Amino acid sequence: MDDWTTLGYLASAVLFILGLKRLSRPRTAVRGNQFGATGMLIAIVVTLTDNAILGFEWIIAGLVLGTAVGAVLAVRVQMTAMPELVALFNGFGGGASVLVAAASYIEAADLATDTPRLSAAAGLAALIGAVTFTGSLIAFGKLRETLKWSGFKGMQVVSVAGVAAAVVFGVLMVADAGNPLWIWLMVAVAAVLGVLVVSPIGGADMPVVIALLNSLSGMAAVAAGFVLDNSLLIIAGSLVGASGLILTQIMCVAMNRSLLAVMFSPAPSGAGGPSADDVYEGKVRSTSADDVAMLLEAAERVAIVPGYGLAVAQAQHAVRDLARRLEDRGTQVVFGIHPVAGRMPGHMNVLLAEAEIGYEQLIEMDDINPTFEQTDVTIVLGANDVVNPIARTEPSSPIAGMPILDVDKSGVVVVIKRSLSPGFAGIPNPLFAADNSMMLFGDGREAVVSITKALQQI
Amino acid sequence: MDLLIAVTLFVLAVFLGVELITKVPPTLHTPLMSGSNAISGITIVGALVAAGADHSTFTAVLGFAAVTLAMINVVGGFLVTHRMLGMFGPKRRRDTSAQDRAASSAEGAGDR
Repeated sequence: MDDWTTLGYLASAVLFILGLKRLSRPRTAVRGNQFGATGMLIAIVVTLTDNAILGFEWIIAGLVLGTAVGAVLAVRVQMTAMPELVALFNGFGGGASVLVAAASYIEAADLATDTPRLSAAAGLAALIGAVTFTGSLIAFGKLRETLKWSGFKGMQVVSVAGVAAAVVFGVLMVADAGNPLWIWLMVAVAAVLGVLVVSPIGGADMPVVIALLNSLSGMAAVAAGFVLDNSLLIIAGSLVGASGLILTQIMCVAMNRSLLAVMFSPAPSGAGGPSADDVYEGKVRSTSADDVAMLLEAAERVAIVPGYGLAVAQAQHAVRDLARRLEDRGTQVVFGIHPVAGRMPGHMNVLLAEAEIGYEQLIEMDDINPTFEQTDVTIVLGANDVVNPIARTEPSSPIAGMPILDVDKSGVVVVIKRSLSPGFAGIPNPLFAADNSMMLFGDGREAVVSITKALQQI
Repeated sequence: MDLLIAVTLFVLAVFLGVELITKVPPTLHTPLMSGSNAISGITIVGALVAAGADHSTFTAVLGFAAVTLAMINVVGGFLVTHRMLGMFGPKRRRDTSAQDRAASSAEGAGDR
């Protein structure tokens, strides 16, 4: 590697740092992303002009194919499908790191230029990268809801055995470095581990998994950087690894669950609280779209609390129309966004932004909670656990202490939901039976459309 | 590169990443994740070296596959982030929402 290459890598590392910094503020985020892309372009050009590159045919083929596939996926994707696309890209990044490590390891073994450091780093890159690859593919399937499998009994024992096997193969990669068999065994066992670790996780825990896999894809790049002795891979990979960890942490706090709980005791039991019959018996009031429209007509301030169900029902545009209609009548409309409202961190904000709801209308949990007492009507759309008052009152509940949106404090709460079925936590929600609540049963999008229509006729 | 220097780079960059990311508003969590995801495609550098090393056909094929995967990650990641961030732009929103309003009031007039 010559000095110009090293300087070029330094320039891209600086651009990545500036880009990430700008990506964290709404005004500068577009520029930040462009900085990142420029840094990447510099890194690629500098690498291609370095003397280490001898043949170009495979490179050009890969660059053309990858660019075409990536561009098509990015342009075609629906915003509701954003989480699975990010999961897929994550997996590809991890997979690329595995292949880089394998190619370097085999080449070093053939030329007898291997060192214990190179072998150990290749082992780590193969392990982290392959876990990221298969873990992300499983997450992709779960988010598309084409994959329902959540593992088998005694899976954790197999996982522990897998970790032990990975350690053994890692040691063998260093001790018997001339033999490429070991790295393939490492890749195989890591691929199985990725499947085993991610399969049991589902539902509301998906944002945590996506954030964690994002972090791991960065760490895989770091390990590949140690294999190749490349400072840029180490720096850029660490930045991504750290940012993914921070987002993982934010998601865990928002759900009041530790990372270990998410990974090893996925479905919290519904035990520890009143039963559904005790909560709902004779107390649930059902309402109609016309009645809701009358309520909204008289309201001065309306809050809409969207949840995972809004994304599933693709109701964001219908909600936008309702909000516009109310605003035209002089009603103040705000949106209360729980940190884990969507299917990945910040997903709800993207969905609502796609429907052209301004981000100044999207209010974070801590800011909107004190205002519910002055809110006349709150519409809860496809959210359940994040508005369950039990989190405040019942210390034995699985969601005890989870930060929630205090919608029960507003004048009237309208809950749009298909049925009284529990949310991810598997517990009944006393909000549905509260004196100031009413249920509007049905599909989220259709319900909102009928409310908007009814409002038009008033 | 000396191993200790590499480890130093790693540790300092992790701290830098933590400092950079801590104060991100939730609105930007998804674009930040897909943007940083694109940056993790930096492994493309290693992939290019593996594909162009001219060592053996087998390692070149591995390199080719690595370049393809990493390039999907890089191009797709930056593009989709750009698309998402475009939706947050306040300017575009005001323009189109004004148009929307004009359009919807025109429809309303037709209804009545």
